[in-house]
Amino acid sequence: MAERILMKGNEAIAEAAIRAGCRHYFGYPITPQTEIAAYMAKKMPKIGGVFLQAESEIASINMVYGAAAAGMRVMTSSSSPGISLKTEGLSYIAGSDVPALVVNVQRGGPGLGGIQPSQSDYFQATKGGGHGDYRMIVLAPASVQEMASLTIKGFDLADKYCVTSMILADGTIGQMMEPITFEDSEIKKYEKPWALTGTECKRPHNIVNSLYLKPDELEKKNFERFEKYKAIEENEAMWEEYMMDDAEISVVAFGIASRVAKNAVVAAREAGIKVGLIRPITLWPFPTEAFAKAADKVKSFISVELSMGQMIEDVRLATECKKPVYLCNRAGGMIPEPSEVLEAIRKAEKGEF
Amino acid sequence: MNDKRLTLFAGHYGSGKTNIAVNYAIRLAKEGKRVCIADLDIVNPYFRTKDSAEELSAVGIDLISPRFANTNVDLPALPAESYRLVQDKSTYGIMDIGGDDRGAYALGRFADAIKAENDYRMAFVLNCYRPLTSTLDDAIEIMREIEAACGIQFTCIVNNSNIGRETTREAFLDSLGFAEALSEKTGLPIWLHTVEERLAAGIADIPVMPLKLQKKYFDLPD
Repeated sequence: MAERILMKGNEAIAEAAIRAGCRHYFGYPITPQTEIAAYMAKKMPKIGGVFLQAESEIASINMVYGAAAAGMRVMTSSSSPGISLKTEGLSYIAGSDVPALVVNVQRGGPGLGGIQPSQSDYFQATKGGGHGDYRMIVLAPASVQEMASLTIKGFDLADKYCVTSMILADGTIGQMMEPITFEDSEIKKYEKPWALTGTECKRPHNIVNSLYLKPDELEKKNFERFEKYKAIEENEAMWEEYMMDDAEISVVAFGIASRVAKNAVVAAREAGIKVGLIRPITLWPFPTEAFAKAADKVKSFISVELSMGQMIEDVRLATECKKPVYLCNRAGGMIPEPSEVLEAIRKAEKGEF
Repeated sequence: MNDKRLTLFAGHYGSGKTNIAVNYAIRLAKEGKRVCIADLDIVNPYFRTKDSAEELSAVGIDLISPRFANTNVDLPALPAESYRLVQDKSTYGIMDIGGDDRGAYALGRFADAIKAENDYRMAFVLNCYRPLTSTLDDAIEIMREIEAACGIQFTCIVNNSNIGRETTREAFLDSLGFAEALSEKTGLPIWLHTVEERLAAGIADIPVMPLKLQKKYFDLPD
């Protein structure tokens, strides 16, 4: 077995990115993702990489756009208000079909909000945020180990489909420390014939661009892009099911909320309540299949979120509202105790919601 | 333990400074000493000394922490009371310094007074299982950066090498060689070895300071 090391979630993202071949990091500081930039600042100069603290979030995302267009594995990281600033660039990157990795270590909002953990950027991450018809692959880690593994996965998926992968974490997973392992594995290489690498007078010019002067061409581009999104929806959904085999109630939670929920599921099982957990790992594509299946078996769903209820809409869509979906939530930087989730499970069991 | 009037815990972020500072403070207080602990961490607003406020006040320890600690205000400012720690020489003062050189800048404000009094211990908290302090050169690089930032040189090493809840007796024993090599290369003595209290009883042959850890969040069911 490879060596165990003790890492913060934020560091695990940075180290995983380096191991995935990322040599270009552009960012602007913000709590609670600071360690990603700090780690990159320390490591990149030693391995021939680029760490650049830009003058703003807007500058940094456009640097990402540039490096991505040149075919590099590139990333940026920020937290909620900083991601809002980057959304214009995210839309341009999507409109140009270049691959990038963006990390959002979420904090409470809206506005300047707070610095404590939150999941209230779910809509922003999964429904667009920026303008135009586009999607990002959204990965939701629930442990420090997954911060690493999903970062590597995120780079691979981004390159495979020429899209942005977003790691949607939160302040707690970013800051907490757990032992993890990095398995030695080959960096997957993807051909990038579209990249701006210089023609050497041997091929026609490549152009990376999101501007289309003719509406019919722009329409065609959009339709083509959505064929790609359809393939992602069919092939890339990931989720975990926990004690769902005989479950009559399904708790739904991602990221840090899923850890709280898991403890509540165990406590409820000890009290004789048949409850399980579905944990979406990809938030887009949403694991619709798992919910469609569960909707025929369980009596109700409880969506546990660190927001005012955002994923709950996707649960209702995925289950086609066949069963009631209740909300158990905290917001503004607060995290529910397992006892609060247990109480929600008891209420769902008795039909008292 | 040959306690100094002032003890400063600095090191790489995530090396265990806060846990050690809190445990050392409680140990001194239980020996009947007047103790004051100051949270000088102005870089990490998440896990910090104030999380142990109840345990500290239960044994009469005076806690000084930034006014906005544990709130949503990410304001890197030290409280005015911090000076009490340097000026009130009737107490044992413990300073929990923020991680890396960025965290250590805050200590610079007190460096002249600390060096003038000359009754202090500046401890480098080491965890060789952390990725950026897992080689001697990397650990020394961080030491030198911290010293340059705060203007105080380290006087000793605290070996707190651990892999979180997966730490075993063997993992601790394996770290001794690294700690000793760091000691030899820097000329600094190892002042303490620290281990989580569940492991301390199994390590009778080496003097260790057992650590009671701050509340752990979000453990998963087995």
